[in-house]
Amino acid sequence: MKVILQLISFAGLVLTIIPALLTFSGIIGMDTNKSLMLVGMILWFASAPLWMHKKREDQV
Amino acid sequence: MKKGLIAQLDSVNEFEREPVPVGQQRSFKNFLGMYAGEHTAGTEFVIGPLFVAHGVTAFELVFGLLIGNLLAVLSWAFLTAPIAVKVRLTMYFQLEKICGPILVKVYNVVNGLMFCFLAGSMIAVSATAVGIPFGIPMPSLSDFYPSSIGWIITVLFIGAITTIIAMFGYHWVSKFSNIAAPWMILIFFAAGIAVLPNLGVTKISDFWTVANEKIWTGEVMSGQSKFTLWHVIFFSWFANMAMHIGMADLSILRYAKKWYYGFTSATGMYIGHYFAWIASGILYALFLQQSNQSTEFAPGVIAYQAAGIAGAVCVVIAGWTTANPTIYRAGLALQSLKPTAKTWKVTLITGALTTLAACFPALVMKLLDFVALYGLLLMPMGAVIFIDFWLIPKLSLIPNYAAYKGIKINWSAGLTWVVTLFLCVAINQVFGIEIFFLGLPGWFIAAFLYIVLSKLLQKPIQLSAR
Repeated sequence: MKVILQLISFAGLVLTIIPALLTFSGIIGMDTNKSLMLVGMILWFASAPLWMHKKREDQV
Repeated sequence: MKKGLIAQLDSVNEFEREPVPVGQQRSFKNFLGMYAGEHTAGTEFVIGPLFVAHGVTAFELVFGLLIGNLLAVLSWAFLTAPIAVKVRLTMYFQLEKICGPILVKVYNVVNGLMFCFLAGSMIAVSATAVGIPFGIPMPSLSDFYPSSIGWIITVLFIGAITTIIAMFGYHWVSKFSNIAAPWMILIFFAAGIAVLPNLGVTKISDFWTVANEKIWTGEVMSGQSKFTLWHVIFFSWFANMAMHIGMADLSILRYAKKWYYGFTSATGMYIGHYFAWIASGILYALFLQQSNQSTEFAPGVIAYQAAGIAGAVCVVIAGWTTANPTIYRAGLALQSLKPTAKTWKVTLITGALTTLAACFPALVMKLLDFVALYGLLLMPMGAVIFIDFWLIPKLSLIPNYAAYKGIKINWSAGLTWVVTLFLCVAINQVFGIEIFFLGLPGWFIAAFLYIVLSKLLQKPIQLSAR
């Protein structure tokens, strides 16, 4: 389960940075970039607290 | 449920008057995330654009920040962290042992208020993003007072949420910061990269030319002073002077296992105070281009134009992740007035004061000057702590003099603080040296004064009695 959550989080980060690079390269437009960044944000905040939180408690 | 919540809040123990025990110390990775999150903040959306407004050139920004941030990291690593891991006390308790309870109370009020104003500026920055969907009029570079009822309501809403999170203590702050940090950092990078074609950069080799001609042009905006390379170096070094040279981060780094965790501040400096300042400057240049040089100054709007909803949310969260630990620090400072008070109750009052201050846009528009002022005000006591820890014992004088003698005020420290600030004002007025540069001579003045005054005022004591 934790691995799946981490993959979702990773996908969220990828959707945050890669569309910007594609926009810079002229492959996608600004509006598409903004939409993909929004999806990335949702994925990150929906998944990261579930595994990052748990990891820190384990460390303590 | 209410009793459970109160019990949970009461159980928050931040070791305000005792060394942090071994079991509560944090890992290197924890500090990496904490510093990266704390210094990739709402203020970055303000400071980057203000460098543009102050007419910095591309060379001055890129090389000035490189040097200034290096000096800041070295200050954390070699000045703050070694003392933090040896004493493992909050800065306020350490200061109380040196200065005595009366002087430290005065200092803590000044300190706590400064932190409140700083956190307030971050709440205001968040409000510029939250207000977008409601069409709230945004402040401009010349606004000092609340511009509308909508602005005040937005600030009160954000301030309340920020305070509630801070009430749950350092653990909650750390968790919130760590979760948000990786995404937030990427948003800064992504937004900066994505808008470059709109400024005329279609390949990497275009960047330096466009940076000089369209972003950091060296032209000063109306009502702003001219910044040079030296301004950039000293501002970036002293932007967190209260935390490193001023020793406020003793309260944070006392949780570190080793002194070299001080170097983890590099994540905050080079991600937040380097790339994020550069990125936010790029976003502001685009905003100026698209708005026909508008004087409106709203980081939320700037980020929204560049990165859509994700950009606006980033501004809100960036404000929170810095406002939270700052309110926490302010709470610790003000708690020293009444050590028996519950941390969460003090934080609640602190948060209310912070939110009130956040209603005034002046905190944002004059952020560079304010940051320099608050660092300068607190710096002399950092010099006192440093000298008291390392040099005073070597000079056959008594460290932690107030605690040792049981006195309520150590006049050596008190006079050092007041006379240093007086001399800094004199240097400013007589020689015209700007506030951004006063921290360096001020530290040496404070160090010299504390040694001389301790020699004069400490009563002769048999060293064997120690």
